[in-house]
Amino acid sequence: MKKIDRKQLAARVARDIPEGAYINLGIGLPTLVADFLPKGREIILHSENGVLGFGPRPPKGEEDEDLIHAGKEPVTLLAGGSFFHHADSFAMVRGRHLDYCILGAFQVSAQGDLANWHTGAPDAIPAVGGAMDLAVGAKNVLVMMEHLTKDGKSKIVERCSYPLTGARCVTRIYTDLAVIDVKPDGLHLVEILAGDLSFVELQRVNGVPLKYRAAA
Amino acid sequence: MINKFVASAEAALADIPDGATVMLGGFGNAGMPVELIDALIARGAKELTIVNNNAGNADHGLAALIGAGRVKKIICSFPRQADSWHFDKAYRSGQLELELVPQGTLAERIRAAGAGVGAFYTPTAFGTDLAKGKETRRIGDRDYVLEYPIHADYALIKAERADRWGNLTYRKTARQFGPIMAAAAKCTVAQVRETVELGEIDPEAVVTPGIFVHRVVRIAAMRKVA
Repeated sequence: MKKIDRKQLAARVARDIPEGAYINLGIGLPTLVADFLPKGREIILHSENGVLGFGPRPPKGEEDEDLIHAGKEPVTLLAGGSFFHHADSFAMVRGRHLDYCILGAFQVSAQGDLANWHTGAPDAIPAVGGAMDLAVGAKNVLVMMEHLTKDGKSKIVERCSYPLTGARCVTRIYTDLAVIDVKPDGLHLVEILAGDLSFVELQRVNGVPLKYRAAA
Repeated sequence: MINKFVASAEAALADIPDGATVMLGGFGNAGMPVELIDALIARGAKELTIVNNNAGNADHGLAALIGAGRVKKIICSFPRQADSWHFDKAYRSGQLELELVPQGTLAERIRAAGAGVGAFYTPTAFGTDLAKGKETRRIGDRDYVLEYPIHADYALIKAERADRWGNLTYRKTARQFGPIMAAAAKCTVAQVRETVELGEIDPEAVVTPGIFVHRVVRIAAMRKVA
């Protein structure tokens, strides 16, 4: 399998974000998407800590400790950007004002259940942040992850074994192998991203049945 | 004459008792009222319940308060971080109780307290472990979880500018929890970089009206913590 790399995956996700979208990028892999948003499209980034319309990291030496995103990295503010308090920030999230959020995941189920906040291990310190709010609030909840665990198991599963972040919330999954839509009747393959991967082989590693209707 | 200016952080916090519930502004280091927290540590109040988004970074601010053994319970959304070693140690040793709350629910519970709302239904966390044991209700075609307000005895927040009536403006993403915590606490103490005369803050630009603020301390050169 020729898996695509993190940058290729970020670029593939970015291609689907349309002009005018309000979007929240989760910490980790999803943050990379910002670097690949198509030039010429106005796309407005939201962050939980009360900012809309932030831009790239400033040059070294120009960081401002009062201007960060939720991943606590320094950012800049674009012309037209705005600041607001935390309850307003989550009114935007929970109130279905965000067009997209992109989240990482440990597992996604065939029904679109998302597990991404806690492994459930007894010695693990749980931390949830804004993930549960984003999962129920954004109009489109996109997951971006490696398709397989380190030991080769599918992270797309019949039922999540890890604690849920949200039930039936994921609308589309982007992995280093494929793009898959979550629909009421199951998972639909949109596109294979790993160059040499056949549908049959993807189906074999995926573990959960995929529907695929080749473009007419 | 109303004058909410207080001479020092120590004076502003001199009456915080053991067992108080204290909200601390800040998201990571941005907006964290470090000098007020230093004064809280110096004040010596213990058995505190702390409300913050996180559970402290490195060795300053909230992390130092936890490290000093003053915190009994913390209500937050994201305690675990690369540099949250004081929290990790206190939590693993069983000295510190954690109430983990989704970030939007945390914000709304704080907002509800300040707004006099008795409880509210939110779709967040429905069907997850964080809703276990909570009342739920189906409204229309969605399921919701009943959540209660978080009230506090004190809120310690960082703002940019204040006048003597306690009107506040903030700076960039240092705002986040400040305005809602100010409203949720019986006594709100703001540390600000600059104090100005009444009327110097454009009334259209006041973010937290002075009714929510009780004490203001000017800390001219705030310590960089990033």
